[in-house]
Amino acid sequence: MALLETKGLTAFYGDFQALFGVDVSLSEGETVAVIGANGAGKTTLMRSISGVIAQAPGMVRFEGREIGATAADDIMAAGIAMVPEGRKLFPSLSVEENLLMGCHRRKVNGPWTLQSVYELFPILKERRDRPGTALSGGQQQMVSIGRALMSNPRVLLCDEISLGLAPVVIKDIYAAFPQIRATGASIVVVEQDIGQAMKVADRVYCMMEGRVTLSGAPADLSREEIHDAYFGTAA
Amino acid sequence: MIWIDTILQGILLGGLYALFALGLSLVFGIMRLVNLAHGDLIVFAAYLILVLVTLLGLGPFLAAAIAAPIMFALGFALQRLVLNRVLGTDILPPLLVTFGLSVLLQNALQEGFSADSRRIPAGWLETASVPLGPISLGVMPLMTFASAILVTLALQWLFYRTSLGRAFRATSDDPVTASLMGVKPASVFAKATGIAMIVVTIAALYLGTRANFDPTTGPARLIYAFEAVIIGGLGSLWGTLAGGIIIGVAQTVGAQINPEWQILAGHIAFLVVLLIRPRGLFPRAFD
Repeated sequence: MALLETKGLTAFYGDFQALFGVDVSLSEGETVAVIGANGAGKTTLMRSISGVIAQAPGMVRFEGREIGATAADDIMAAGIAMVPEGRKLFPSLSVEENLLMGCHRRKVNGPWTLQSVYELFPILKERRDRPGTALSGGQQQMVSIGRALMSNPRVLLCDEISLGLAPVVIKDIYAAFPQIRATGASIVVVEQDIGQAMKVADRVYCMMEGRVTLSGAPADLSREEIHDAYFGTAA
Repeated sequence: MIWIDTILQGILLGGLYALFALGLSLVFGIMRLVNLAHGDLIVFAAYLILVLVTLLGLGPFLAAAIAAPIMFALGFALQRLVLNRVLGTDILPPLLVTFGLSVLLQNALQEGFSADSRRIPAGWLETASVPLGPISLGVMPLMTFASAILVTLALQWLFYRTSLGRAFRATSDDPVTASLMGVKPASVFAKATGIAMIVVTIAALYLGTRANFDPTTGPARLIYAFEAVIIGGLGSLWGTLAGGIIIGVAQTVGAQINPEWQILAGHIAFLVVLLIRPRGLFPRAFD
Protein backbone atom coordinates (compact mmCIF):
# COMPACT_ATOMS: atom_id res chain seq x y z
CA MET A 1 0.00 0.00 0.00
CA ALA A 2 1.24 3.47 -0.83
CA LEU A 3 2.36 5.63 2.09
CA LEU A 4 0.96 8.71 0.41
CA GLU A 5 -1.30 8.91 -2.61
CA THR A 6 -3.60 11.27 -4.43
CA LYS A 7 -6.63 10.03 -6.39
CA GLY A 8 -8.31 12.24 -8.92
CA LEU A 9 -6.93 15.32 -7.19
CA THR A 10 -8.36 18.59 -8.45
CA ALA A 11 -7.50 22.09 -7.26
CA PHE A 12 -8.85 25.53 -7.95
CA TYR A 13 -7.70 29.08 -7.42
CA GLY A 14 -11.06 30.80 -7.52
CA ASP A 15 -12.50 29.89 -10.92
CA PHE A 16 -9.16 28.82 -12.30
CA GLN A 17 -8.64 25.07 -12.24
CA ALA A 18 -4.99 24.24 -11.56
CA LEU A 19 -5.14 20.44 -11.22
CA PHE A 20 -7.26 18.01 -13.26
CA GLY A 21 -7.51 14.59 -11.65
CA VAL A 22 -3.92 14.01 -10.59
CA ASP A 23 -2.96 10.51 -9.38
CA VAL A 24 0.46 10.18 -7.75
CA SER A 25 1.74 7.81 -5.11
CA LEU A 26 4.75 7.44 -2.85
CA SER A 27 5.88 4.23 -1.17
CA GLU A 28 7.74 3.86 2.11
CA GLY A 29 11.39 4.81 1.70
CA GLU A 30 10.93 5.92 -1.89
CA THR A 31 12.06 9.17 -3.49
CA VAL A 32 9.76 10.50 -6.18
CA ALA A 33 10.39 13.53 -8.34
CA VAL A 34 7.69 15.69 -9.88
CA ILE A 35 8.98 17.62 -12.87
CA GLY A 36 7.31 20.07 -15.15
CA ALA A 37 7.53 23.59 -16.51
CA ASN A 38 6.31 26.70 -14.74
CA GLY A 39 2.57 26.58 -14.21
CA ALA A 40 2.35 22.80 -14.65
CA GLY A 41 0.71 22.48 -11.23
CA LYS A 42 3.66 21.05 -9.26
CA THR A 43 3.52 23.57 -6.44
CA THR A 44 -0.28 23.34 -6.35
CA LEU A 45 0.12 19.58 -5.92
CA MET A 46 2.48 20.15 -2.95
CA ARG A 47 0.16 22.76 -1.42
CA SER A 48 -2.79 20.39 -1.78
CA ILE A 49 -0.98 17.52 -0.08
CA SER A 50 0.35 19.69 2.75
CA GLY A 51 -3.09 21.15 3.41
CA VAL A 52 -2.33 24.78 2.48
CA ILE A 53 -5.11 24.38 -0.08
CA ALA A 54 -8.03 22.47 1.44
CA GLN A 55 -9.36 19.58 -0.66
CA ALA A 56 -12.19 17.11 -0.58
CA PRO A 57 -11.44 14.34 1.94
CA GLY A 58 -11.11 11.48 -0.56
CA MET A 59 -8.50 13.06 -2.77
CA VAL A 60 -5.40 12.59 -0.62
CA ARG A 61 -4.59 9.55 1.53
CA PHE A 62 -1.69 9.25 3.97
CA GLU A 63 -1.02 5.92 5.72
CA GLY A 64 -4.47 4.83 4.56
CA ARG A 65 -6.23 7.80 6.17
CA GLU A 66 -8.04 10.47 4.22
CA ILE A 67 -6.31 13.80 4.78
CA GLY A 68 -7.66 15.86 1.91
CA ALA A 69 -9.77 18.07 4.15
CA THR A 70 -7.34 18.10 7.10
CA ALA A 71 -5.80 21.43 8.17
CA ALA A 72 -2.14 22.06 7.32
CA ASP A 73 -1.00 22.03 10.96
CA ASP A 74 -2.64 18.64 11.59
CA ILE A 75 -1.16 17.16 8.43
CA MET A 76 2.24 18.33 9.63
CA ALA A 77 1.61 16.75 13.02
CA ALA A 78 0.72 13.48 11.26
CA GLY A 79 4.17 13.41 9.67
CA ILE A 80 4.26 15.25 6.35
CA ALA A 81 6.82 18.06 6.50
CA MET A 82 7.23 20.61 3.77
CA VAL A 83 10.20 22.56 2.45
CA PRO A 84 8.13 25.31 0.85
CA GLU A 85 8.90 27.01 -2.43
CA GLY A 86 10.95 30.14 -1.79
CA ARG A 87 12.36 28.67 1.47
CA LYS A 88 10.02 30.80 3.62
CA LEU A 89 12.28 31.28 6.64
CA PHE A 90 10.86 33.34 9.48
CA PRO A 91 12.72 36.67 9.33
CA SER A 92 12.23 37.43 13.06
CA LEU A 93 13.82 34.14 14.07
CA SER A 94 17.46 33.15 14.22
CA VAL A 95 18.74 30.16 12.27
CA GLU A 96 18.45 27.94 15.32
CA GLU A 97 14.98 29.23 16.18
CA ASN A 98 13.89 28.56 12.61
CA LEU A 99 15.10 24.99 12.97
CA LEU A 100 13.31 24.61 16.31
CA MET A 101 10.04 25.71 14.71
CA GLY A 102 10.23 22.48 12.72
CA CYS A 103 9.55 20.46 15.85
CA HIS A 104 7.24 22.98 17.50
CA ARG A 105 4.26 20.65 17.35
CA ARG A 106 5.50 17.25 16.15
CA LYS A 107 8.10 16.09 18.68
CA VAL A 108 9.13 12.62 17.58
CA ASN A 109 12.32 10.88 18.54
CA GLY A 110 14.31 9.95 15.48
CA PRO A 111 17.53 10.52 13.64
CA TRP A 112 17.01 14.27 13.27
CA THR A 113 17.93 16.62 16.10
CA LEU A 114 19.56 20.06 16.16
CA GLN A 115 22.88 18.26 16.39
CA SER A 116 22.35 15.94 13.43
CA VAL A 117 21.03 18.79 11.29
CA TYR A 118 24.17 20.76 12.16
CA GLU A 119 26.24 17.73 11.18
CA LEU A 120 24.42 17.55 7.86
CA PHE A 121 24.89 21.30 7.22
CA PRO A 122 27.88 22.41 9.37
CA ILE A 123 27.71 26.01 8.13
CA LEU A 124 24.38 26.42 9.93
CA LYS A 125 25.99 25.73 13.29
CA GLU A 126 28.42 28.60 12.74
CA ARG A 127 25.53 30.91 11.85
CA ARG A 128 23.03 29.60 14.37
CA ASP A 129 22.45 32.97 16.06
CA ARG A 130 22.11 35.04 12.89
CA PRO A 131 18.69 35.96 11.54
CA GLY A 132 17.60 33.23 9.12
CA THR A 133 17.11 35.67 6.30
CA ALA A 134 20.62 37.13 6.67
CA LEU A 135 22.06 33.96 5.11
CA SER A 136 22.80 33.31 1.44
CA GLY A 137 20.09 31.65 -0.63
CA GLY A 138 21.75 28.25 -0.48
CA GLN A 139 22.22 28.43 3.28
CA GLN A 140 18.61 29.51 3.69
CA GLN A 141 17.59 26.46 1.71
CA MET A 142 19.65 24.33 4.11
CA VAL A 143 17.79 25.90 7.05
CA SER A 144 14.47 25.23 5.35
CA ILE A 145 15.36 21.57 4.73
CA GLY A 146 16.77 21.19 8.24
CA ARG A 147 13.64 22.79 9.70
CA ALA A 148 11.45 20.21 7.94
CA LEU A 149 13.71 17.36 9.08
CA MET A 150 13.52 18.46 12.74
CA SER A 151 10.07 16.86 13.05
CA ASN A 152 11.46 13.49 11.87
CA PRO A 153 8.77 13.36 9.21
CA ARG A 154 7.43 10.23 7.51
CA VAL A 155 7.26 12.17 4.27
CA LEU A 156 9.44 15.10 3.25
CA LEU A 157 8.00 17.36 0.54
CA CYS A 158 10.61 19.54 -1.17
CA ASP A 159 9.15 22.24 -3.38
CA GLU A 160 11.56 23.71 -5.97
CA ILE A 161 14.60 23.63 -3.73
CA SER A 162 16.98 24.55 -6.55
CA LEU A 163 14.98 27.55 -7.72
CA GLY A 164 17.13 30.66 -7.92
CA LEU A 165 20.30 28.97 -6.71
CA ALA A 166 23.64 28.68 -8.50
CA PRO A 167 24.42 25.23 -9.94
CA VAL A 168 27.30 24.68 -7.51
CA VAL A 169 25.01 25.47 -4.58
CA ILE A 170 22.33 23.13 -5.93
CA LYS A 171 24.94 20.38 -6.06
CA ASP A 172 25.86 21.03 -2.42
CA ILE A 173 22.26 20.78 -1.33
CA TYR A 174 21.51 17.62 -3.28
CA ALA A 175 24.70 16.13 -1.81
CA ALA A 176 22.77 15.92 1.47
CA PHE A 177 20.02 13.77 -0.03
CA PRO A 178 21.73 10.37 0.26
CA GLN A 179 22.10 11.01 4.00
CA ILE A 180 18.47 12.03 4.31
CA ARG A 181 17.37 8.95 2.36
CA ALA A 182 19.56 6.74 4.50
CA THR A 183 17.41 7.59 7.53
CA GLY A 184 14.47 5.95 5.78
CA ALA A 185 12.57 9.12 4.93
CA SER A 186 10.17 9.04 1.99
CA ILE A 187 10.71 12.08 -0.19
CA VAL A 188 8.89 14.00 -2.89
CA VAL A 189 11.01 16.54 -4.76
CA VAL A 190 9.46 19.02 -7.11
CA GLU A 191 11.97 20.20 -9.67
CA GLN A 192 12.33 22.15 -12.88
CA ASP A 193 15.89 20.88 -13.08
CA ILE A 194 15.25 17.56 -14.84
CA GLY A 195 18.84 16.34 -14.58
CA GLN A 196 18.89 16.78 -10.81
CA ALA A 197 15.48 15.13 -10.43
CA MET A 198 16.54 12.11 -12.47
CA LYS A 199 19.61 11.65 -10.31
CA VAL A 200 17.84 11.52 -6.94
CA ALA A 201 14.53 9.90 -7.83
CA ASP A 202 13.40 6.29 -7.91
CA ARG A 203 10.40 7.34 -9.95
CA VAL A 204 9.48 10.46 -11.86
CA TYR A 205 6.15 12.10 -12.60
CA CYS A 206 6.06 14.68 -15.32
CA MET A 207 3.28 17.25 -15.19
CA MET A 208 1.89 19.64 -17.75
CA GLU A 209 -1.08 22.00 -17.45
CA GLY A 210 -2.41 20.41 -14.29
CA ARG A 211 -2.18 16.77 -15.44
CA VAL A 212 0.36 13.98 -15.07
CA THR A 213 1.62 13.37 -18.58
CA LEU A 214 4.26 10.73 -17.90
CA SER A 215 5.51 8.57 -15.07
CA GLY A 216 8.10 5.86 -14.56
CA ALA A 217 11.59 5.04 -13.36
CA PRO A 218 14.23 7.40 -14.76
CA ALA A 219 16.04 4.53 -16.50
CA ASP A 220 12.89 3.51 -18.38
CA LEU A 221 12.13 6.95 -19.76
CA SER A 222 13.70 8.17 -22.97
CA ARG A 223 14.77 11.76 -23.54
CA GLU A 224 12.13 12.14 -26.23
CA GLU A 225 9.34 10.89 -23.98
CA ILE A 226 10.31 13.33 -21.25
CA HIS A 227 10.69 16.17 -23.71
CA ASP A 228 7.21 15.53 -25.09
CA ALA A 229 5.62 15.17 -21.64
CA TYR A 230 7.36 18.29 -20.38
CA PHE A 231 6.76 20.61 -23.32
CA GLY A 232 3.65 18.99 -24.73
CA THR A 233 5.06 18.58 -28.25
CA ALA A 234 3.48 15.14 -28.65
CA ALA A 235 0.16 15.11 -30.42
CA MET B 1 14.76 70.76 42.41
CA ILE B 2 11.16 71.14 41.33
CA TRP B 3 12.18 70.04 37.84
CA ILE B 4 13.84 66.88 39.09
CA ASP B 5 10.68 66.13 41.01
CA THR B 6 8.56 66.87 37.94
CA ILE B 7 10.60 64.61 35.73
CA LEU B 8 10.65 61.79 38.30
CA GLN B 9 6.87 62.02 38.65
CA GLY B 10 6.62 61.99 34.87
CA ILE B 11 8.72 58.86 34.58
CA LEU B 12 6.55 57.13 37.16
CA LEU B 13 3.38 58.27 35.36
CA GLY B 14 4.95 56.89 32.19
CA GLY B 15 4.91 53.47 33.85
CA LEU B 16 1.12 53.67 33.96
CA TYR B 17 0.92 54.66 30.29
CA ALA B 18 3.32 51.85 29.41
CA LEU B 19 1.01 49.40 31.19
CA PHE B 20 -1.91 50.76 29.13
CA ALA B 21 0.16 50.30 26.00
CA LEU B 22 1.94 46.96 26.47
CA GLY B 23 -1.16 44.86 25.82
CA LEU B 24 -1.90 46.85 22.69
CA SER B 25 1.71 46.51 21.57
CA LEU B 26 1.66 42.75 22.13
CA VAL B 27 -1.49 42.22 20.07
CA PHE B 28 -0.40 44.58 17.32
CA GLY B 29 3.07 43.05 17.18
CA ILE B 30 1.73 39.55 16.69
CA MET B 31 -1.33 39.91 14.52
CA ARG B 32 -1.27 43.49 13.19
CA LEU B 33 -4.60 44.00 14.92
CA VAL B 34 -5.38 47.46 16.25
CA ASN B 35 -7.80 46.90 19.09
CA LEU B 36 -9.85 50.09 19.39
CA ALA B 37 -11.59 48.63 22.45
CA HIS B 38 -8.30 48.32 24.35
CA GLY B 39 -9.00 51.30 26.63
CA ASP B 40 -12.53 50.10 27.30
CA LEU B 41 -11.24 46.65 28.14
CA ILE B 42 -8.95 48.28 30.72
CA VAL B 43 -11.95 50.09 32.20
CA PHE B 44 -13.97 46.87 32.09
CA ALA B 45 -11.21 45.09 34.01
CA ALA B 46 -11.15 47.96 36.52
CA TYR B 47 -14.88 47.43 37.16
CA LEU B 48 -14.29 43.71 37.48
CA ILE B 49 -11.65 44.37 40.17
CA LEU B 50 -13.96 46.90 41.84
CA VAL B 51 -16.77 44.33 41.96
CA LEU B 52 -14.48 41.73 43.51
CA VAL B 53 -13.23 44.26 46.06
CA THR B 54 -16.65 45.52 47.10
CA LEU B 55 -18.59 42.27 46.85
CA LEU B 56 -16.06 39.88 48.36
CA GLY B 57 -14.21 42.39 50.49
CA LEU B 58 -10.88 41.46 48.94
CA GLY B 59 -7.81 43.66 48.76
CA PRO B 60 -7.25 45.21 45.31
CA PHE B 61 -4.15 43.12 44.58
CA LEU B 62 -5.84 39.83 45.41
CA ALA B 63 -8.88 40.95 43.41
CA ALA B 64 -6.64 41.69 40.41
CA ALA B 65 -5.03 38.27 40.76
CA ILE B 66 -8.49 36.70 40.54
CA ALA B 67 -9.56 39.01 37.71
CA ALA B 68 -6.49 38.18 35.60
CA PRO B 69 -7.44 34.59 34.66
CA ILE B 70 -11.03 35.71 34.03
CA MET B 71 -9.74 38.39 31.68
CA PHE B 72 -7.43 35.86 30.02
CA ALA B 73 -10.42 33.62 29.32
CA LEU B 74 -12.47 36.54 28.00
CA GLY B 75 -9.61 37.64 25.75
CA PHE B 76 -9.10 34.10 24.49
CA ALA B 77 -12.81 33.75 23.69
CA LEU B 78 -13.01 37.22 22.14
CA GLN B 79 -10.16 36.41 19.77
CA ARG B 80 -11.37 32.89 19.03
CA LEU B 81 -15.03 33.68 18.48
CA VAL B 82 -14.94 37.20 17.08
CA LEU B 83 -11.62 38.75 16.09
CA ASN B 84 -10.13 35.74 14.28
CA ARG B 85 -13.06 35.91 11.87
CA VAL B 86 -12.21 39.41 10.75
CA LEU B 87 -8.42 39.17 10.59
CA GLY B 88 -7.11 39.23 7.06
CA THR B 89 -5.35 41.35 4.50
CA ASP B 90 -7.97 44.09 4.90
CA ILE B 91 -7.37 46.07 8.10
CA LEU B 92 -10.78 47.73 8.08
CA PRO B 93 -13.01 44.87 9.40
CA PRO B 94 -11.05 44.41 12.68
CA LEU B 95 -11.10 48.20 13.21
CA LEU B 96 -14.87 48.28 12.77
CA VAL B 97 -15.45 45.27 14.99
CA THR B 98 -13.26 46.54 17.83
CA PHE B 99 -14.84 50.00 17.50
CA GLY B 100 -18.21 48.33 17.88
CA LEU B 101 -16.92 46.42 20.89
CA SER B 102 -15.75 49.71 22.39
CA VAL B 103 -19.24 51.24 22.05
CA LEU B 104 -20.83 48.09 23.39
CA LEU B 105 -18.56 47.94 26.44
CA GLN B 106 -19.08 51.61 27.30
CA ASN B 107 -22.84 51.32 27.12
CA ALA B 108 -22.99 48.03 28.98
CA LEU B 109 -20.85 49.51 31.77
CA GLN B 110 -23.07 52.59 31.95
CA GLU B 111 -26.09 50.35 32.15
CA GLY B 112 -24.56 48.28 34.91
CA PHE B 113 -22.63 50.83 36.93
CA SER B 114 -24.17 54.20 35.95
CA ALA B 115 -22.06 57.12 34.75
CA ASP B 116 -20.78 57.93 38.24
CA SER B 117 -17.03 57.89 38.58
CA ARG B 118 -15.60 55.22 40.84
CA ARG B 119 -12.34 54.31 42.43
CA ILE B 120 -10.86 51.06 43.66
CA PRO B 121 -10.05 51.58 47.36
CA ALA B 122 -6.43 50.74 48.17
CA GLY B 123 -6.41 51.79 51.83
CA TRP B 124 -3.25 53.32 53.26
CA LEU B 125 -1.33 52.68 50.03
CA GLU B 126 -3.27 55.48 48.35
CA THR B 127 -1.39 58.15 50.30
CA ALA B 128 1.80 56.32 51.26
CA SER B 129 5.06 57.81 50.01
CA VAL B 130 8.79 57.29 50.34
CA PRO B 131 11.01 60.27 51.05
CA LEU B 132 13.94 60.55 48.67
CA GLY B 133 16.07 63.42 49.93
CA PRO B 134 14.11 66.61 49.44
CA ILE B 135 11.44 64.99 47.26
CA SER B 136 9.03 62.21 48.06
CA LEU B 137 7.65 59.58 45.72
CA GLY B 138 4.26 57.91 46.09
CA VAL B 139 4.29 54.20 46.80
CA MET B 140 1.54 53.52 44.25
CA PRO B 141 3.34 55.36 41.42
CA LEU B 142 6.54 53.47 42.32
CA MET B 143 4.68 50.16 42.25
CA THR B 144 3.08 51.09 38.94
CA PHE B 145 6.45 51.80 37.41
CA ALA B 146 7.98 48.64 38.85
CA SER B 147 5.04 46.66 37.45
CA ALA B 148 5.56 48.20 34.02
CA ILE B 149 9.21 47.09 34.06
CA LEU B 150 8.30 43.62 35.32
CA VAL B 151 5.60 43.22 32.67
CA THR B 152 8.04 44.32 29.95
CA LEU B 153 10.65 41.86 31.23
CA ALA B 154 8.10 39.08 31.43
CA LEU B 155 6.78 39.69 27.93
CA GLN B 156 10.33 39.97 26.61
CA TRP B 157 11.13 36.63 28.21
CA LEU B 158 7.95 35.08 26.82
CA PHE B 159 8.72 36.37 23.33
CA TYR B 160 12.39 35.48 23.11
CA ARG B 161 12.91 32.59 25.52
CA THR B 162 9.89 30.31 25.20
CA SER B 163 8.55 28.12 22.43
CA LEU B 164 5.20 29.93 22.61
CA GLY B 165 7.03 33.21 22.00
CA ARG B 166 8.86 31.65 19.07
CA ALA B 167 5.50 30.59 17.66
CA PHE B 168 4.19 34.14 18.23
CA ARG B 169 7.02 35.62 16.20
CA ALA B 170 6.87 32.96 13.48
CA THR B 171 3.10 33.35 13.09
CA SER B 172 3.48 37.11 12.99
CA ASP B 173 6.05 36.74 10.17
CA ASP B 174 4.12 34.24 8.07
CA PRO B 175 0.98 32.43 9.30
CA VAL B 176 0.85 30.03 6.33
CA THR B 177 4.39 28.77 6.81
CA ALA B 178 3.81 28.66 10.57
CA SER B 179 0.88 26.31 9.96
CA LEU B 180 3.27 24.10 7.95
CA MET B 181 5.25 23.86 11.22
CA GLY B 182 2.15 22.59 13.03
CA VAL B 183 1.14 25.94 14.50
CA LYS B 184 -2.57 26.77 14.62
CA PRO B 185 -2.57 30.53 14.01
CA ALA B 186 -6.12 30.90 15.39
CA SER B 187 -5.10 29.41 18.72
CA VAL B 188 -1.77 31.29 18.86
CA PHE B 189 -3.68 34.54 18.33
CA ALA B 190 -6.19 33.61 21.02
CA LYS B 191 -3.39 32.95 23.53
CA ALA B 192 -1.78 36.28 22.62
CA THR B 193 -5.00 38.20 23.24
CA GLY B 194 -5.50 36.28 26.48
CA ILE B 195 -2.03 37.32 27.65
CA ALA B 196 -2.71 40.91 26.56
CA MET B 197 -5.81 40.83 28.78
CA ILE B 198 -3.66 39.83 31.77
CA VAL B 199 -1.56 42.94 31.11
CA VAL B 200 -4.82 44.89 30.76
CA THR B 201 -5.85 43.67 34.23
CA ILE B 202 -2.58 44.90 35.73
CA ALA B 203 -3.09 48.25 34.00
CA ALA B 204 -6.66 48.35 35.32
CA LEU B 205 -5.49 47.77 38.88
CA TYR B 206 -3.33 50.88 38.80
CA LEU B 207 -5.78 52.92 36.74
CA GLY B 208 -8.52 52.20 39.25
CA THR B 209 -6.55 52.70 42.45
CA ARG B 210 -4.76 55.88 41.41
CA ALA B 211 -7.57 57.86 39.83
CA ASN B 212 -11.30 57.97 39.32
CA PHE B 213 -12.75 56.15 36.36
CA ASP B 214 -16.14 55.91 34.74
CA PRO B 215 -17.48 53.94 31.77
CA THR B 216 -16.27 56.55 29.29
CA THR B 217 -12.67 56.69 30.55
CA GLY B 218 -11.47 54.09 28.02
CA PRO B 219 -10.95 56.01 24.76
CA ALA B 220 -8.55 58.52 26.35
CA ARG B 221 -6.45 55.61 27.74
CA LEU B 222 -6.45 54.13 24.25
CA ILE B 223 -5.00 57.36 22.86
CA TYR B 224 -2.15 57.37 25.41
CA ALA B 225 -1.53 53.70 24.77
CA PHE B 226 -1.48 54.27 21.03
CA GLU B 227 0.95 57.12 21.30
CA ALA B 228 3.27 55.11 23.53
CA VAL B 229 3.25 52.17 21.08
CA ILE B 230 3.92 54.38 18.09
CA ILE B 231 6.64 56.45 19.79
CA GLY B 232 8.39 53.24 20.78
CA GLY B 233 8.18 51.69 17.34
CA LEU B 234 5.46 49.20 16.43
CA GLY B 235 5.97 45.82 18.02
CA SER B 236 8.92 46.77 20.26
CA LEU B 237 8.17 46.10 23.95
CA TRP B 238 11.03 48.14 25.41
CA GLY B 239 10.13 50.84 22.91
CA THR B 240 6.59 50.85 24.27
CA LEU B 241 7.92 51.31 27.80
CA ALA B 242 10.09 54.20 26.58
CA GLY B 243 7.10 55.64 24.73
CA GLY B 244 5.01 55.59 27.88
CA ILE B 245 7.76 57.36 29.81
CA ILE B 246 8.15 60.05 27.14
CA ILE B 247 4.43 60.84 27.26
CA GLY B 248 4.43 60.78 31.06
CA VAL B 249 7.38 63.18 31.33
CA ALA B 250 5.98 65.47 28.64
CA GLN B 251 2.68 65.64 30.53
CA THR B 252 4.16 66.46 33.93
CA VAL B 253 6.58 68.98 32.45
CA GLY B 254 3.71 70.56 30.52
CA ALA B 255 1.59 70.67 33.66
CA GLN B 256 4.44 72.25 35.57
CA ILE B 257 4.63 75.09 33.07
CA ASN B 258 0.87 75.53 32.95
CA PRO B 259 -1.60 73.04 34.42
CA GLU B 260 -3.80 73.39 31.35
CA TRP B 261 -1.03 72.06 29.15
CA GLN B 262 -0.69 68.61 30.70
CA ILE B 263 -2.58 66.54 28.13
CA LEU B 264 -1.61 68.77 25.22
CA ALA B 265 2.10 68.46 26.05
CA GLY B 266 1.88 64.67 25.82
CA HIS B 267 0.28 64.86 22.39
CA ILE B 268 2.86 67.40 21.21
CA ALA B 269 5.69 65.12 22.33
CA PHE B 270 4.05 62.36 20.28
CA LEU B 271 3.86 64.57 17.19
CA VAL B 272 7.47 65.69 17.59
CA VAL B 273 8.70 62.11 17.77
CA LEU B 274 6.61 61.24 14.71
CA LEU B 275 8.16 64.16 12.81
CA ILE B 276 11.72 63.18 13.67
CA ARG B 277 11.35 59.39 13.65
CA PRO B 278 8.24 58.41 11.70
CA ARG B 279 8.78 54.71 12.45
CA GLY B 280 9.23 55.30 16.17
CA LEU B 281 12.34 55.15 18.33
CA PHE B 282 12.99 51.41 18.17
CA PRO B 283 11.38 50.10 15.01
CA ARG B 284 11.77 46.48 14.04
CA ALA B 285 14.34 45.86 11.35
CA PHE B 286 11.67 44.81 8.82
CA ASP B 287 7.94 45.04 8.51
